[in-house]
Amino acid sequence: MFSFEPSEEQQMFIEAARKFAAKELREHARRADEASALAPEILAGGWELGLLPASIPEKHGGFGERSAITGVLAAEELAWGDLSGALALSAPNLVAFPVLLCGSDEQKAEILPHFCTDAYAPGSAALIEPRYDFDSTALKATAVRSNGNYVLNGVKCNVPYAAEAEWMIAYAALDGRTEGFLVKKGTVGAVVKDREQNMGMKALPLYSVDFHECRIPASQRLGGDGGTDFTLLLNGSRAALAAMAVGVARGAYEYALEYAKNRKAFGEAIAQRQSIAFMLAEMFVDIDAARLMMWEAAWLLDQKRDATRAACLAKNFADEMALMVTDRAVQILGGHGYIRDYPVEMWLRNARGFSAMEGIAIV
Amino acid sequence: MISFETPPEIEKRLQFVRHIAKEQMRPQARHFDEHEHEVPWDFINLMWDTVLKTGQSFRSGAPRPDGPSIASTTLIHVIEELSFGDAGIYLCGPGAGLGGAAIEATGTKEQKERFLARYREGKPKWASMAMTEPQCGSDTAAIRTTAVRDGDHWVLNGEKIFVTSGHKSLIDSEGLSVIWATVDPAAGRAGIKPFVVEAGTPGLKVTKLEHKMGIRASDTASIVLEDCRIPLDNVLGSAEVVDRTTGFKGAMATFDATRPSVAASALGIARASIELLKDILAQEGITIEYQKPRNLLSAIERDVIDMEAQLRAAWLLTLRAAWMMDERRVNTIEASACKVKAGDVVTKVTAKAVELMGPLGYSRKLLLEKWMRDAKINDLFEGTGQINRLIIARRLLGYTSAQLK
Repeated sequence: MFSFEPSEEQQMFIEAARKFAAKELREHARRADEASALAPEILAGGWELGLLPASIPEKHGGFGERSAITGVLAAEELAWGDLSGALALSAPNLVAFPVLLCGSDEQKAEILPHFCTDAYAPGSAALIEPRYDFDSTALKATAVRSNGNYVLNGVKCNVPYAAEAEWMIAYAALDGRTEGFLVKKGTVGAVVKDREQNMGMKALPLYSVDFHECRIPASQRLGGDGGTDFTLLLNGSRAALAAMAVGVARGAYEYALEYAKNRKAFGEAIAQRQSIAFMLAEMFVDIDAARLMMWEAAWLLDQKRDATRAACLAKNFADEMALMVTDRAVQILGGHGYIRDYPVEMWLRNARGFSAMEGIAIV
Repeated sequence: MISFETPPEIEKRLQFVRHIAKEQMRPQARHFDEHEHEVPWDFINLMWDTVLKTGQSFRSGAPRPDGPSIASTTLIHVIEELSFGDAGIYLCGPGAGLGGAAIEATGTKEQKERFLARYREGKPKWASMAMTEPQCGSDTAAIRTTAVRDGDHWVLNGEKIFVTSGHKSLIDSEGLSVIWATVDPAAGRAGIKPFVVEAGTPGLKVTKLEHKMGIRASDTASIVLEDCRIPLDNVLGSAEVVDRTTGFKGAMATFDATRPSVAASALGIARASIELLKDILAQEGITIEYQKPRNLLSAIERDVIDMEAQLRAAWLLTLRAAWMMDERRVNTIEASACKVKAGDVVTKVTAKAVELMGPLGYSRKLLLEKWMRDAKINDLFEGTGQINRLIIARRLLGYTSAQLK
């Protein structure tokens, strides 16, 4: 049967996330962007939503089961509030979900409880590499077996919370396949370098990280000797980022709609002009379509079916959609859209990042 | 609970429909494109036999509150598949069609039975819907065809154009047409009512068959009404002019029901284009790798992925609008949204396929050029892309048609 209605429980998560996003994330978004930092109390407040522990089974310290659909529903709401904040709040997922989905029993037992405490604890993923031809399925970073260890070498960028996270998953090519490696904070050979200076997502702490002869015990290869289903993780990332793109776009659309109703020109609201009204209609339609596409990808993931095509199409569509919608929001505000007193220029800068980002969020 | 699971009954029905699309429709597509106004009777008879056997029309537009009808979600799957076979031939399919949708959206229980029973028995029949006039298209409030009460009858006068299957419904079969006319020109929209005119009614003439860019298998007729007398109870629903909006509600409810169907037909054409394009590319050793980074794709790979993404976007909007119909929810925004998106997507996708295939795309040896011609109608009929944008924008902004013209 087809259905396009979240369950009651999911609706509760949506409401809670929406309230928090409006009250906290949205309120602090501009300040966080200008300061390139998120206030710790925001992260603490967001953590109280309990989204991640609700996805981890009881025996590992949580109180529920992972659902990609629930994940994307919440991700959209949080990103509506602030993209940097949404990414920061889901940073623990970057370690928890790969371990939950692909980890060995020992890895689950050791790592998952770390993400089920009362305090927010970020995780990290070192996937992206600073190259124009970066391809997550053909990484330049390498892992080589050596005396019961794996030795990592390579350069990574846009690594969330690299300096702060207790655990990081570093991705590298092992015999030509992308595999994950659990790297504990302070491991020799994993050197956290400068904060990234990006166009948007500025409040999210992203770092470049160098791996130089970094030795990781074989037991810390994600999934043990069996390795990782990297496609599964990537699809979770695609769905998560597509959901956040929808959230950012919806925020910009709603803001532009209100502005257009209140801004007068030639004796009437500018929204009464088709040139503006049609833009708003098209923004709405594509946001709606992108949402359905990322829901479908998440649903396939929950059904444990191959979600690759759906997730890729969803992310492709959402990346472009978010750019179009936020650009038009700036356009509808005219000169004001370009001024930092208004949030829409920030949303355009944030939305531009989606096409460059992979693996910095996961459901 | 969100679910994208295709129910088994749809899958089952699609097996049969797929067979017809592939074996019956596609091989005849070019013939009926090049022999405009020839009627594809093989297809019509096959479909009619199916209707009689299963008791379910595949062209009904709206769910009936009082009886078993095909679900909208099923219907759009069937229409998409038939249009994948050929959109022009699909439009020739017998059944209550758009006229039936208007009857189901606006008629009383008695009227539904009286007018729609014929679509479950006897010979193939059609029902058309006549809205557009020579001087007015999107501005349906400007309809000039009049209905004047004369004792136990209505007397209709006027001219209707662009009536899909007008000829089939009124000349080729014992069908009917739903004619939108005004009972009070001074009342504007409120005066506009749907009237059922049956085949063979004196004063009704089919005067012209249009020559079109595409969907040439489908007849697009002009109808002239000259003192055409119909029984009093052939006005659908109530004859009262209540207020400024009620008269028009029926027309809008009809469109809420039919727009997802039109969108589904558009997307069948779009999928046909993309599949043929991919087949040709595959023969050249080019397969589409969806997971490849966007900036590393070749131009043609990127175009194909974009086409597929746009198609999926439009399809899911269509599916959701149909699902809302089945759930008996108001779907005006969603119906217009899927129509806007599908009209855009099919127009762009089919044009892009012609472009990407170069001389093969432009050649009449393949169907790509035909699909591009067929596609364009979907951005025009059942509300142009612009009218649907207006409908969406007015509702999003909370504006009346006076506030957003």
